[in-house]
Amino acid sequence: MIRDYFALSVKNLKHRGIRSWLTLLGIFIGIAAVVSLITLGNGLQAAVGAQFGIGSTEVISVQAGGLNAFGPPGSGVVDPLTIDDVEAIEKLSSVNRALRRNIPSGRLEFNDRAVFGMAVSIPLGDDKKFTYEILESETEVGRLLKDSDKNRVVLGYNFYVDGVGLGKAIKVGDKVSIQGEALVMRDFEVIGITKKTGSFIFDNVVQMNEDVLEDLMGYGDDVDVIAVHVKDKDLMDKTKEDIEKLMRKRRGVKEGEEDFQVSTPQAMMDTVNTVLGGVQAFIVLIASISIIVGGIGIVNTMTTSVLERKKEIGIMKAIGATNKDIFMHFFVESGLMGLVGGAVGIIIGLLVGWGGTAGINSFIGGDIGMSINFSFIVSVLFGSFLIGSVAGIAPAMQAAKQNPVEALRG
Amino acid sequence: MKKEGKIIIQLKGVSKHYHMGDTVVKAVDGVDISIDEGDFVAIMGPSGSGKSTSMNLVGSLDIPSKGKVFLGDEDISELSESDLAQIRGKKIGFIFQSFNLIPNLTAKENIMLPMMFQGIDIFEREKVAEDLLTKVELGKRMDHYPNQLSGGERQRVAIARALSNDPEVILADEPTGNLDTKTGEKVMEFLENLNKEGKTIIMVTHEPELAEAHANRVYWLRDGKIEKITHKKNGFRIEKQERQLIKKHERKKKSKRGK
Repeated sequence: MIRDYFALSVKNLKHRGIRSWLTLLGIFIGIAAVVSLITLGNGLQAAVGAQFGIGSTEVISVQAGGLNAFGPPGSGVVDPLTIDDVEAIEKLSSVNRALRRNIPSGRLEFNDRAVFGMAVSIPLGDDKKFTYEILESETEVGRLLKDSDKNRVVLGYNFYVDGVGLGKAIKVGDKVSIQGEALVMRDFEVIGITKKTGSFIFDNVVQMNEDVLEDLMGYGDDVDVIAVHVKDKDLMDKTKEDIEKLMRKRRGVKEGEEDFQVSTPQAMMDTVNTVLGGVQAFIVLIASISIIVGGIGIVNTMTTSVLERKKEIGIMKAIGATNKDIFMHFFVESGLMGLVGGAVGIIIGLLVGWGGTAGINSFIGGDIGMSINFSFIVSVLFGSFLIGSVAGIAPAMQAAKQNPVEALRG
Repeated sequence: MKKEGKIIIQLKGVSKHYHMGDTVVKAVDGVDISIDEGDFVAIMGPSGSGKSTSMNLVGSLDIPSKGKVFLGDEDISELSESDLAQIRGKKIGFIFQSFNLIPNLTAKENIMLPMMFQGIDIFEREKVAEDLLTKVELGKRMDHYPNQLSGGERQRVAIARALSNDPEVILADEPTGNLDTKTGEKVMEFLENLNKEGKTIIMVTHEPELAEAHANRVYWLRDGKIEKITHKKNGFRIEKQERQLIKKHERKKKSKRGK
C-alpha cells in the first residue's frame, strides 16, 4: 500500500508546476551548503593549514614576542632570540635537534621591477638535509642549495609563474638582485625553483644559505624562529613545557608573562580548526535557516495544493479513499518533495565540493580527496524526506478532514 | 432485469438540513426512497429540488440530519467516516456529470484507483482495469490522460472506474449532462446494458424525458420532498397509492394554511 502512495505521489509531482519547485529553493541551498561543507571538510583544513606552513607534526617552533604566532616572525621584537638560545634548547634531553631560522624581509629586483618579500635561511651541513626533509622541499626545476652555494638562491614556485609581480617569470640561470644591509644590492643566480606548496609563505620565499643570508642582511646572532625537532613525537607537550621552562629561566620571566612563544603543530592546527570551526558553524547556521525556510515553503505549497486539489480529494473519497488514504497521499507527496529538494541539494553540494577540492588541490599542489561517504548521503536524503513529510503533516491533515460532499463541489 | 424483492438501499424519513447563517435550509425533508436490487431508478427534479443532496445520501457520501439510511442491512448513519468510505468504495460506483477523473492519472490508472483503496494488489488492478477499458471500447486509449480524451470517452472511463470494484449499485449524477445527444445516448446504452447484467442503477437527472426513457421507476422531487413516484410498467402514470399520498400531503398544506 505504501508503495502505491509513492507511485501516486510521483505521478502527481511530475505534473507539478515550476512554482512548486521554486519553493524548494531553501532546501536546495541549505542541503547544498551542508553537503559541500562536509565534502570540503578535509580539504579546507589542509588548505588553511598549508597557508600557515603547518607541515611537519614533529617540529615545535619557538619565537620571541607575544601571541602573534603567525605574524611576520620575530618582527619588531625588542628582545630577540639568539644563537645561544638555539644551543641551550638543543641540549635539552627531549630535543633531537634545534635549528636556527632567520626570515628577514627585503627587496628583490628583476626585469627592472622590484618586489618586497621574505628570505629564509637554510642551515648548513647535516641540518640542511634535515631541514629539507622536514620542509619536504623539492624543486620544480633546477636543484636545491648546497653548502658551497655563495651567490646562489632557490626561489619559491610563484617566482616561476610570475605570481609575485615581477612581470616576467624567472628561469633557472637568471640573475636577481637582492637588497641587503645598508641598501647594498647584490646579484644572485637562481639555481632552482621549489615545487608548489600552496603556502603563501613558501611559494613566495627566497631560500639562501644561512651564512650568505647573515652576511647579506647583517643580523648577527639574532634568530627569528627556532625550529625544534623532538625526540619523541608522543612527548610533544612535555618537550614544549621543557622548552618553556628553559626559556623562562634564560629570559628571566615568570610563568604567564612570557615574551616568547612555543607552538606545537597541534596547537597551530587547533587554532586553525577553531577558526574553521567558527566559519563552519556559521555556514551550518545559515544552512539550517535555509532548510527551515525551505520546510515552510513546502508547508505553503502543500497547503495550496490541498486547496487546488479539493475536488480531487472529493473524488478520491467518493471512490472509496479513507481519511488515512488521503492523509498518506499528501504526506508522502510532501516527503517526496523534500526528498527531491535534498537530492538536488546533494548534487549541487557535491559539485561545489568537487570543484572546491579540485581548486584546493591545484592551489596547494596536493592530492586531497573529497571527504564524503555513502551513508552520509543516505542520511541527508532521509533527513530531507523527513523535513518534507513533517512539513506535510498539517496540509495532509487538512486534506484528510475534507467533507466529501463539499470537496466534490470543488 | 429486475430481481424482485431484495432492497439494496433504503432511505427512511430522511432529512438533511443545512445551516446558512441563522436560517435552516431543508435540502431534503422527510424523504423515503427504497431501491430494489437490479432496478433502474431515476431521481428526477429541477435544480434546488434536493436531488443532489438525495444522491449524496443514497450514495452514502453524506449522512442525514434526521432519519435512517440503509445500505443493505447496515445503517450507515452509525458508521465512521472511514468505514463509510470503505463501504462506498466497495458497494457503490459513482458516475458524475463532469466525469471527475483525476487529471494526473491515465485512463487505466484512474480505473485502478478505487481498487487501490480496497487494497487489491497491483497486478489484479491492472488486469481488471484493462478488461473494463476494453468493455467500454477504450482498449486502445488506456494510457491516455483525461485531457487527451473526448467527453464521451471520459464518461466511459468514468463508467469503467465505477465498475472497478464490481459494485452492486451504480450511481450516476447527470451522466449525460455534459455530453451531446449522440454521445449521451451511447453512455445511456452502456448504463442500460449494465442494468441488464444485473447492476442496480440510480440516475439523478433534471430531464424528465431521459428519466422516463431509461428508468423503471422515477422519484420526482420538488422542494426537498417527493412529489410523486412513477413506474414504467404503468406508463409512468401516477400510481393510486402515491396519488392518495399526494392528496393527503396537499390536505395537510391546506389545513396548515387554514390555521
